Amino acid sequence: MPANRTFDEAAIKAIIADMRSLDGPLMPILHAINDRLGYVDQRALPLIAQELNLSRAEVHGVFTFYHDFRKAPAGRHVIKVCVAEACQSMGSDRLVDHLRAAFGIGLGETTPDGRITVEPIYCLGNCALSPSAMMDGKLYGRVEGTRADRLVRSANLAAAGDGR
Amino acid sequence: MSLRLYVPGDASALAMGASDVVLAIKAELARRGIEATIIRNGSRGLFWLEPLVEVETPEGRVGYGPVEPEDVPGLFEAGFLHGGAHAHRVGLVEEIPYLKKQQRLTFARCGIIDPLSLADYEAHGGLAGLRRALTLSGEAIVKEVTDSGLRGRGGAAFPTGIKWETVRKAEAAQKYIVCNADEGDSGTFADRMLMEGDPFVLIEGMAIAGLAVGATKGFVYIRSEYPHAFRQMNRAIDEARAAGLLGADILGSGRTFDMETRLGAGAYICGEETSLLESLEGRRGTIRFKPPLPALKGLFGQPTVINNLISLASVPIILDKGSAFYRDYGMGRSRGTLPFQLGGNIKHGGLIELAFGPTLREVIEEYGGGTHSGRPVRAIQVGGPLGAYWPASLMDVALDYEEFIKHDGMIGHGGIVVFDDTVDMAKQAQFAFEFCAHESCGKCTPCRIGSTRGAETVAKVRRGQDVEANLVLLRDLALTMRDGSLCALGGLTPMPVVSAIDHFPEDFDGGGPINDRPPNIPEPHRLPGSPGLAAE
Repeated sequence: MPANRTFDEAAIKAIIADMRSLDGPLMPILHAINDRLGYVDQRALPLIAQELNLSRAEVHGVFTFYHDFRKAPAGRHVIKVCVAEACQSMGSDRLVDHLRAAFGIGLGETTPDGRITVEPIYCLGNCALSPSAMMDGKLYGRVEGTRADRLVRSANLAAAGDGR
Repeated sequence: MSLRLYVPGDASALAMGASDVVLAIKAELARRGIEATIIRNGSRGLFWLEPLVEVETPEGRVGYGPVEPEDVPGLFEAGFLHGGAHAHRVGLVEEIPYLKKQQRLTFARCGIIDPLSLADYEAHGGLAGLRRALTLSGEAIVKEVTDSGLRGRGGAAFPTGIKWETVRKAEAAQKYIVCNADEGDSGTFADRMLMEGDPFVLIEGMAIAGLAVGATKGFVYIRSEYPHAFRQMNRAIDEARAAGLLGADILGSGRTFDMETRLGAGAYICGEETSLLESLEGRRGTIRFKPPLPALKGLFGQPTVINNLISLASVPIILDKGSAFYRDYGMGRSRGTLPFQLGGNIKHGGLIELAFGPTLREVIEEYGGGTHSGRPVRAIQVGGPLGAYWPASLMDVALDYEEFIKHDGMIGHGGIVVFDDTVDMAKQAQFAFEFCAHESCGKCTPCRIGSTRGAETVAKVRRGQDVEANLVLLRDLALTMRDGSLCALGGLTPMPVVSAIDHFPEDFDGGGPINDRPPNIPEPHRLPGSPGLAAE
């Protein structure tokens, strides 16, 4: 995902200013920062706290409660493998093994070169076409056999295109 | 008549390559110099046929599926633009028994219309409910909903009209309508399909709710795992606002209602209504004590209707056709229809909207066609990760709220997940605890600690460590969690665990995964405290 990962205080402040008038602005602000940087930089938290008149502890609490808000950048491409019941029934374990064989990493890990992160997700709402996965926001269904190979090829292609 | 083609933009269709099929069709149309309109409809919910390409013919819409981009030149050769014969031709889509036998009320338009065309929406019966609601008092609208027998489709099945009446009667300067679209249960996708395939029906339902209770503002809380639905809902709200369906003067009535979306952030617990409200307000998604009920003190402390998406989306047809029309569907105290969602290890998975009352067997065998793997069905989990695991022998129970409760199960949001005979039920029980531990908000001890201790204890049983004693411990823990937890996450996690132990005791004898054993399986020992033992 094309995220600009450098922390830029002015840009963060602009995000906060843009969203602070929303009803319940904290979640949208954290999402916007997470999208922009690919994670939520710790340095953003006191800025948010000050602008929203919250304590730093409150903002920290919200930031750390939700699985989506990253503490550090993920790999450049993120494969989320559904490991909830419907996909379990169709062998999501095998898909995890397939990805481990292809990239040498398990759930929650990133390749040493920072290209790919594989992580678990609990249901993508594609339960009639399990097992499912999502790479960089794109959904994949019936990810077994040749379709699992295709997902790996797509990931490698995407990674090969980085920086060009 | 210009040529009209339909290729779903539904996330599940996209997952099977629908957009690549559109590119291939466009390329072929250009190469042949043919003009045609391609509409990105929602899915019909016959997912094994996705991507399902439909073409309009004088006889009706003819379908081809599943279509891969490589199939496209051949489809053109076969004259598919005029319904020509082809190996992937499935005939008139409306005549496919899977679809034809359904009773589509809430999903009447899904897969048929252009989801973002208000004109299309209206041409297919949309806005009739809202127009009628605009002529009624709030009290009369609530009465229609109450009389329809509609119960909360999120899983708790609380009568929707009673909830609305509480909010209507509450005195406040500001009231809210909140739609719970945090559809986190594995095996469910009805909310997602509707947001992608017919988003205006939700907008209409929320506007009617606003008129009924005197609320002028609504929020749709959508889980972040549904990026397509989130984008589609935002587009639909923009369209609706531009057309005067939302805003300060809805449909020229002088009445006000507007709405916004909010994105969840990967917390299953935010599907619990009070956690969702906390999250909307910008806090950790910990649950609130009840009372006060959200109906009296909900979002930002104001009276709030918080309903599941399917509940709200069922309101327009109730207002349009009247409460009696809706109430005439169903059985017992379960009135109307439920969009059942069939997933997991199933041949023909999809969305099946039916009046309450069919048996699980009808849905799994007649609609689903058995398992995808072709192996026997061993277990069925209905109602998401907190629902009971049932053996195939319970397949003749009717899909009805009360019938399920009688058999210690629950229908929940209508998700049905099928497992074949390779499933290890002890592993599933351990997962149920692990999921609870992962998603617990941490507010109450039984859920926060019990889930972790439960996962450890099931692991011990699976290793064969003090099996009998640990099973007694597990049942005790289950009771503590069921009776001592603040919300349904901790309170219902015992349901999949205990049902697995009760119905599949052979998997909990410490002998390892049942399918790794030699074919001649010894007689499983009886569990202390299991219903089987008590009955002797």
